[in-house]
Amino acid sequence: MSDTPVIPEEPIQKARHPFVEAWEMFRRNHAAVVALAVLVLIILGAIFGPILYATDPFEMVWAPFSPPGVDGYLLGTDYLGRDMMAMVLNGARVSLLIGLAAAVVSVVIGVTVGALAGFYRGLVEEVLMRITEFFQVLPTLLFSMVIVALFGASLPMITFAIGVVSWTAVARITRSEFLRIRELEYVTASRASGVKNLRLMFKVILPNALPPIIVQSALMVGSAILFEAGLSFLGLTDPNIVSWGQIIGSNRQYILDASFTVTIPGLAIFVTVLAISLVGDGLNDALNPKLRQR
Amino acid sequence: MTEPLLKVENLRIELKLRDGVAPVIDDLSFELMPGESLSFVGESGCGKSMTALAIMGLLPEGIGRIASGKLIFDGEDLTTASEARLRQIRGNEISMIFQEPMTSLNPVITVGEQIAEVLRTHQGLSRKAAWDQAAELLDAVRIPNPRSRVSDYPFQMSGGQRQRVMIAIALACKPKILIADEPTTALDVTVQAQIFDLLRDLRAQTGTSIIMITHDMGAVAEMAERMIVMYAGRKAEIGPVDQIIDHARHPYTQGLISCVPHIMSDLTETREELTEVPGIVPSLREFGRDQCLFASRCKYRSGECLQHRPPAKGFGNGQISDCWHAEAL
Repeated sequence: MSDTPVIPEEPIQKARHPFVEAWEMFRRNHAAVVALAVLVLIILGAIFGPILYATDPFEMVWAPFSPPGVDGYLLGTDYLGRDMMAMVLNGARVSLLIGLAAAVVSVVIGVTVGALAGFYRGLVEEVLMRITEFFQVLPTLLFSMVIVALFGASLPMITFAIGVVSWTAVARITRSEFLRIRELEYVTASRASGVKNLRLMFKVILPNALPPIIVQSALMVGSAILFEAGLSFLGLTDPNIVSWGQIIGSNRQYILDASFTVTIPGLAIFVTVLAISLVGDGLNDALNPKLRQR
Repeated sequence: MTEPLLKVENLRIELKLRDGVAPVIDDLSFELMPGESLSFVGESGCGKSMTALAIMGLLPEGIGRIASGKLIFDGEDLTTASEARLRQIRGNEISMIFQEPMTSLNPVITVGEQIAEVLRTHQGLSRKAAWDQAAELLDAVRIPNPRSRVSDYPFQMSGGQRQRVMIAIALACKPKILIADEPTTALDVTVQAQIFDLLRDLRAQTGTSIIMITHDMGAVAEMAERMIVMYAGRKAEIGPVDQIIDHARHPYTQGLISCVPHIMSDLTETREELTEVPGIVPSLREFGRDQCLFASRCKYRSGECLQHRPPAKGFGNGQISDCWHAEAL
């Protein structure tokens, strides 16, 4: 057929890629953009700070309680005369690392439980959701303190303890998304083309369930950092590492004499968690199709 | 005579309701020959889609079940086949396309990947080979620039194109049976015609049997050789399309035919009045009663219609009607 019209290679207006669209939505939330910039700074500080500012955070470098900016120590020294600047930078690593790792742990547990419950329904769902409810009603701080007290205050154990008490929200969200999506036509269509259950769960349904899970896990990083701060404030932490909560905890007796030793790491926690929450909020704007119309 | 490819015997599907069970398919039997095109016609809720889902083994879990009867595909009874065996058959030997092309594709995976996945699962093709074949299939369903469109996401395609992709997925493994559940209902008329053309051509090329489910008599006349008219979970009439349209032996079929407008070549020709079938389909609770379920809407209703389920009456030409008054019509 020689008279077939030539079809142009590219359609005139291509629909935009979802990532581009999500970024457009994210950008409209100014607070989230600022928070993202702050968060990037904090992460860069955590990665490169201890390398560029190579003072050992455990070393006594000067007289105790030297106020910030005096005697050449930007953030002052703590009750043992250790350099606060080095402590905050090193603490950032630990706090962010635990925050991220604990969020990963809880997402892995939560998504697995939620996916199985939402996909298989019936008895599986009953059992898994009762277990979820059991974890929901446990006093979280107390339970993680018990875990750390029993199994020792190493970094992995603290991470696990935080993850294990905070996965319930993810499980519930995942389950609800699975319940919704499993009835959609493209899932039936995939079944009709002989896709196996495991693939259906993780390649067909899960990618479509991700947006609310992503938002929830971003927020979870923030709460995990707070949780870690709480635990290490109570002294349930590895004494060989510095974390923000631990700085506050170890200086708490001197809060009236040298309030900066508590305020500075406190501010670090506050700013970081706030930034993460605002970014999470921005992600919600970007990924939640129900907010698209605004 | 060749063996039928699919033989459905006395199929009964029950749906669990809040109060008891309802037979959404009640004693249905039919045969599908290799390469044949068969249509199911009927109103919404008369069990057309349930039949399709039953053949695929995809009845809604915990709600619908095959209560009795056999589904014999290629000598194998699907009602007793294992889930693993059914998965092998699905998409490979029997595949299905759905009513709503806008929602039948996974929105987060490229169309090429969705086609390739079926090929990899059932034919064990390599990633590369499956991808190449996906592009060829897109070409076969007449999507322009298949090489670049394979990496498109469903949202970058129109409804008609998505339905073509669905057809490509369904036909990827050269199935013996293609079930099309109202494949054109959600598409506009010109696109409908294109999809029918495509299905007809692909059937001619591959020899796939097609079971088409529709409520559009026009579509049946265009696509099918034989048709089954369903009403309230029961077969009302079965037979070759030409003969049924020419002389329907069931009042419900007559009603369906008379509510389709005809284009006359000559405007002065007297037109038949367009009529509708009065009333509505009985509720699920009334399914399965020992009477003619169409009786409440039927102008030929008599005493026996309300007392006993009508028997199947054959007419020698392959036409069978389940109506007490079939001979008189």
